[in-house]
Amino acid sequence: MKFHQTKLANGLTVIAELNPAVHSAALGFFVRTGSRDETAAVSGVSHFLEHMVFKGSEKYSADDVNRIFDEVGAKYNAATAEEGTLFYGAVLPEYLPQAFDLFANILRPSLRQADFDMEKNVILEEIGMYDDQPSFTAYENLMQTHFAGHPLGQSVLGTKESITALTCEQMREYHHNRYLAGNVVLAVAGNTDWSQIVALAEQHCAHWPAGVCGRATHEAKPAGGLKVIARPKSQQEHIMQMTPAPSAQNRLRYAAEILSVIVGDHSGSRLFWELVDPGLAEAADLDFTEYDGSGSYMTYLSSEPEAIAENLERIHAIYAEVNRDGIREDELEMAKNKVSSRVVLRSERPMGRLSSLGGNWIYREEYHSVADDLATLRGITSRDVRELLDVYPLGATTTVAVGPLESLA
Amino acid sequence: MPEQIIHTHPLTNGLTVVIEPMLDVQSAAFCFLIPGGSAFDPAGQGGTAAALTDWITRGAGDLDSRDLSNALDNLGVQRNESTGLNHIAFTAATLGENVPAAFALYADIIRRPQLSEEEFEGAIAGIEQSLRAIEDEPQRKLMIELRRRCYDAPWGLPTEGSLEELPRLTAQSVRAHCDRCLRPNGAILGIAGQVDVPRTLDLVAQLFGDWKTKPEPSIVTGPRGERIGHIAHDSTQMHIGIAYDAIEYSHPDYYKAWAAVGVLSGGMSARLFTEVRERRGLCYSVSASLNSLLHEGRVLTYAGTTVERAQETFDVTLHELQRLGDGIESHELERCKARAKSSLIMQQESTTSRATSIARDWHFLKRIQTLDDIRRDIDSLTVAGVLDYVHQHPARDFTVLTIGPNPLKIP
Repeated sequence: MKFHQTKLANGLTVIAELNPAVHSAALGFFVRTGSRDETAAVSGVSHFLEHMVFKGSEKYSADDVNRIFDEVGAKYNAATAEEGTLFYGAVLPEYLPQAFDLFANILRPSLRQADFDMEKNVILEEIGMYDDQPSFTAYENLMQTHFAGHPLGQSVLGTKESITALTCEQMREYHHNRYLAGNVVLAVAGNTDWSQIVALAEQHCAHWPAGVCGRATHEAKPAGGLKVIARPKSQQEHIMQMTPAPSAQNRLRYAAEILSVIVGDHSGSRLFWELVDPGLAEAADLDFTEYDGSGSYMTYLSSEPEAIAENLERIHAIYAEVNRDGIREDELEMAKNKVSSRVVLRSERPMGRLSSLGGNWIYREEYHSVADDLATLRGITSRDVRELLDVYPLGATTTVAVGPLESLA
Repeated sequence: MPEQIIHTHPLTNGLTVVIEPMLDVQSAAFCFLIPGGSAFDPAGQGGTAAALTDWITRGAGDLDSRDLSNALDNLGVQRNESTGLNHIAFTAATLGENVPAAFALYADIIRRPQLSEEEFEGAIAGIEQSLRAIEDEPQRKLMIELRRRCYDAPWGLPTEGSLEELPRLTAQSVRAHCDRCLRPNGAILGIAGQVDVPRTLDLVAQLFGDWKTKPEPSIVTGPRGERIGHIAHDSTQMHIGIAYDAIEYSHPDYYKAWAAVGVLSGGMSARLFTEVRERRGLCYSVSASLNSLLHEGRVLTYAGTTVERAQETFDVTLHELQRLGDGIESHELERCKARAKSSLIMQQESTTSRATSIARDWHFLKRIQTLDDIRRDIDSLTVAGVLDYVHQHPARDFTVLTIGPNPLKIP
């Protein structure tokens, strides 16, 4: 695998990891804009804009966009989060030029009023759909409560009210200000060649307006809190808790990742053996998420409402033990074996490499090969985890509950 | 497309081993289909196979539950166990060099499970939690209940069982299922990735060659549920499910059926997405898929929408299903072919996809289709051929189920 990078005159970064042994090529436009970059007046605009991009440009109508992606057999999609909007697809190498042209073109979308009005309905339906998924409701509310007062607390989807009130003109202005060449990383992984990528980027992206957008990245200092959303007719109670962890720029993030596997992986972890294996809970996980300047550990517990109090006690007894005694060497070794295998398996598909490639660049301007990732993983010691826990102990700063319970005693 | 070499090796006890070596990868995956799925659940004890699926990995051979789990984790095995209608499926992927050691552990799980009383309780409690969780997720609930209404029992019954039947399961009854149903005759082991074929075959013969055959257990059949129904639920959206008859995977016209569903729902330019979501903004999620059992198949359609737009969503979706027989444009079929070609080639980047596909092929067809075979079948599809299929198997006699605040008007 070979890595390449360049920057166009307008500031667009182009990176690629090429691998002639695979059958496809994946490309992703990582736009550094998400809900944390929105003002309250346009809450949800990043995600709505992501949908509108597929409604086409001057050159391609909405029908053209859907048709051409299918004609070239692309596996493609887009995703919006707090800090980024990603447009991505995998195609057979011979179709890369067409897929590239299409993606690059629609990233300068027309944002037609009629399309905007129609798609608004789809966004409102999407909000309704997530409303019927209790774990999603818990996550939305947890982010808002935990990061209250910090940009990370801003909702990705927005609300029924904010979406209804949003105008096409506001979206055009947001696009004009945020989709600047210096705010985008184009990443390509798989079976193609570098000269072709550079030529395509020059041809289709060189005219994009230059510019970079800033973002305040001060570390969140969550005050914590508890929010209970009672749904009397539900069967299960869903609890999510969050507490601060290292940011995307903090070297302790590697230790935090491995700690989350040891303590809260979906199987074989401490939470698994204590809660899931004996059938006390349907799910009990710990995840680590890195953000620009901040980070979080998130606990997810789903169980019968009557067992919630005891289950939470069990979880926090584990956290207290880990915070006090750290982790064991055999646990660390096993977690490394698990994660190494995941890294290798994921890397066998260009789509699997793309998010790591783009993510490392957008947060840190770094390239890590699979071999680098495996070496970093092998190098983590229990002392690193100790150092992490001293600065970022496990805990439950903020709690959200969704389910039959009226309160958490 | 690079040439694929697929080795098929039947053991005398009826276990079939299918291996596809893949040289450009480090990993290998395997998919073990063991007869004894939910179709063999005793009447009134739905969930028996599901309970066994959970219980069976809780200790095997000399290793207790935790030691077994640790051993698999240390080999980097990413695994999944699931209950199917015909089989219990064990899927695993790791580095190719770790596969022999993983096989030895799976031989213990499949042939020498401990099935200890103390582990039974945890398995059942976990299943109860999962079944309760489904009650809170109307979209999942809908698809489970739709199957119950469009296939006869036991084929339409939920593989996971039900909250009503769960208390009837005992360690003894589930152990009896294991003894009666799990057997080598009819078992399939699909392996794909970085493996040495002769050594793998030797190892499998050593681990499974002396596994004794058992008579095939009988299946108790029964009627399906009501064809039209509504389940009241305090949800934000109305969840709409529509099913109608199609054909099975082994049918000579299968790819025509596949293309017909592809025109409806194969990509974002397909009809349901275009007409229901793009043109009318009625919903976020709408799709149709072809579902196949051994001897029959259905098209299963889903749409989720808010209450006010539910009737229109249903009407438009149904109209799209019905008008397919009026005609198909050649470019619609061409797009299905392009998507299929791309998917087939990309499958070669995933050892798990290949292992699962070859095991599935053997189950349904008793032969393995190479990617070239499939591509030839797809290339040979014509609009006239697909339309002919649609006319022979029109969308009608719908099974309809809705979950949400209000029932709809179903014609």
